[in-house]
Amino acid sequence: MFNTYDPGDFYDELFVSRGVPRPEAELLVQRISNISIDELMLRQQMAQNMLFKLGVTFNVYNDNQGTERIFPFDVVPRVVPSEEWQWLERGLKQRIETLNCFLDDIYNDQKILKDGIIPREVIESATGFLKPCLGIKPPKGIWCHITGTDLVRDRNGNWYVLEDNLRCPSGVSYVLENRRVMKGAFPALFEALNINPVDAYPSQLLASLLHLAPDTMPDPQVVLMSPGIYNSAYFEHSFLAQQMGIELVEGRDLVVADGYLQMKTTKGLKRVDVIYRRIDDDFLDPLTFRPDSMLGVPGLMDVYRQGRVAIANAPGTGVADDKMVYSYVPDMVRYYLGEEQLIPNVPTYLCENAQQQNYVLGHLDELVVKATNASGGYGMLVGPHSTDPERDAFADQIKANPRGYIAQPTLCLSRVPALINSEFQGCHVDLRPFILHGEDIYVNPGGLTRVALKKGSLVVNSSQGGGSKDTWVVAATAS
Amino acid sequence: MLSRVANSIYWANRYVERAENVSRFVDVNLNLLLDTPMGTMQQWEPLVVTTGDQALFKERYGEATAENVLKFLTFDAEYPNSIRSCVKLARENARSVREIISSEMWEQLNEFYLQVEDAAKSMDMSKLYAFYPEVKNASHMFAGVMNATMSHNEGWHFGLLGRYLERADKTARILDVKYFILLPSLAAVGSPLDNLQWIALLRSASAYEMYSKCQHMINPRGVVDFLVLNPEFPRSIRCCILEAEKSLHKISGTPAGSWRLSSERRLGKLRSHLEYITLEEIFEIGLHEVLDRLQDDLNHVGSAITENFFGLPVLA
Repeated sequence: MFNTYDPGDFYDELFVSRGVPRPEAELLVQRISNISIDELMLRQQMAQNMLFKLGVTFNVYNDNQGTERIFPFDVVPRVVPSEEWQWLERGLKQRIETLNCFLDDIYNDQKILKDGIIPREVIESATGFLKPCLGIKPPKGIWCHITGTDLVRDRNGNWYVLEDNLRCPSGVSYVLENRRVMKGAFPALFEALNINPVDAYPSQLLASLLHLAPDTMPDPQVVLMSPGIYNSAYFEHSFLAQQMGIELVEGRDLVVADGYLQMKTTKGLKRVDVIYRRIDDDFLDPLTFRPDSMLGVPGLMDVYRQGRVAIANAPGTGVADDKMVYSYVPDMVRYYLGEEQLIPNVPTYLCENAQQQNYVLGHLDELVVKATNASGGYGMLVGPHSTDPERDAFADQIKANPRGYIAQPTLCLSRVPALINSEFQGCHVDLRPFILHGEDIYVNPGGLTRVALKKGSLVVNSSQGGGSKDTWVVAATAS
Repeated sequence: MLSRVANSIYWANRYVERAENVSRFVDVNLNLLLDTPMGTMQQWEPLVVTTGDQALFKERYGEATAENVLKFLTFDAEYPNSIRSCVKLARENARSVREIISSEMWEQLNEFYLQVEDAAKSMDMSKLYAFYPEVKNASHMFAGVMNATMSHNEGWHFGLLGRYLERADKTARILDVKYFILLPSLAAVGSPLDNLQWIALLRSASAYEMYSKCQHMINPRGVVDFLVLNPEFPRSIRCCILEAEKSLHKISGTPAGSWRLSSERRLGKLRSHLEYITLEEIFEIGLHEVLDRLQDDLNHVGSAITENFFGLPVLA
């Protein structure tokens, strides 16, 4: 069992060294050790079956075998001590507040450009920067209502922000469902440990959305807009709509009529006041963005500009997801809040800069190269795990489109034991907490721990064969 | 409620009911065969004929052997009315309205789907005798779970509407199977074999016992009276139409006995047609012709519902 588990030369989230658990994980390790490995495998299987039965599935693009899979689930939770969590929470709030200031500024006064903190070309060349959003003042001044920020730890256990996801971050349904399944599989652990509950998320989300409707409106109509059942995150769309008790709509259910956004019902048209959209900016409105979009609603942006409907997240937030813009976040924190960034960025080389590009091209075998406008683990090169032809191909792409790429040192991500083939193996993890910007900023305690279940792999995305774990924020002094 | 959502609940129910009924009329034939004297020709073609998809079958399979017909109607993923396709479509529809229906309904349907997919993968023909009753049970389970866990609201009534219209149509088709089987030898009417066939048919509609409580003799008039005109038996065509009409009026709010929407008018007409037609008239016109017209009328009701509720609404 755990006595044969070797944390190796990594930062292990549960163990200080072989056989020595971290204080916050002591009770957990002890309890798990009391369960036979067969019993654990059985419970893991039960949990997987339950997720499959619940239909907690995602679709994988470009994959011909069956469209739905469950996100593999590992029963060993990841533990974050509550003091550490409080610090992370402060850091995340600081970051979201900053990015919201940035978005409001960049689409209105552009002071940060005028003051020369960020070069204008960086913003204007970002694919997520949407000119049609210039001059828009979204309701209550909020742009990024829902964010999933990706955090990682290095070999020494230091935390970094790896990516900001301000468009349509997904994964929160796994946080909620994983917790439900864990409670069913290990009720005694939940009795013994003081674990922060995560269940408030849907009601917090609904409150944030209702906050966007005009204060005088008695019963605002809030809807969740999904691209439909073939979207990879459809389960989550449906789950959240159900948990919040709001309508799940698709573009074809909506129409602009009489100057308002309306939905088609069996009793006629009905006005919509707030949209939680889970569809990319480009597809929102074929009259403003991609004309070939079948998923959006013609005329939606006009209604939005006139302040007759609120959209969360606001169109245009994708500019903050750009990986080159990301490298300026420390400057933004200083500029807007007059503070130093609490959770640091991962050092980033900008390929657009000739000197830095040279360094990147010379060290492709050590670095991780990412496309500045991509997410979900698509369009990246993990240097140490790459082949010569792959590196050559990336080198060509970088030279052809330097603005399109950044590079970062390959972090040796922290690990958590996972139950694989009847034994514990150390697997690399990241963490995506979910942050809501409503009247206040709320951080759901914990977040989605994604785990790279392929041996040695550093890529944790669900689309790339990753799995997930429950994340427990617990008091270190639990007895 | 959203038109798309109403449409999905309606179709999820129709497809579950369709899967159940396909398995019912395949089951009639399997059971008939068990009782057929050795040496009599097996009749599988009528099953294909009643689906109305003969041409497609010929093109894909050729000869109507037992195995070909069973494969076509049960597991063919490319034939839209096979049990497998129906369950898949029911699930797709339910999946798009998961947040509206109860989780129990979704879980049941998802399990149903996984069960059928499993069976389709193994394609073990020897297990079919057990498979069809399982499909029937799963469908009953779905209806029961829906009844017990979903609010009896507008969406629920759309589900019922779909289920009853589908069932009315399929009871008509099950009766038609018998008609086509009889065709080759009119002389056989009233023979012991003929009687066995009627019993098998009643059983396939789960109607044998309920029938026996009303009538002692099994004969064509009695069976037709029971399956077409009985107002209480839940699989009789008239009973299905009455239930469908109740749900339609719950949805629209129009008082019973009057109409405002084209779907209400068409369904009301059909209902009164069944209330006033006599057995004598049915046999005078010809059973097959009556059933055929009924199916046409049901199709028109279906189109009117689509137009009234699922397209861009004409009301308000």
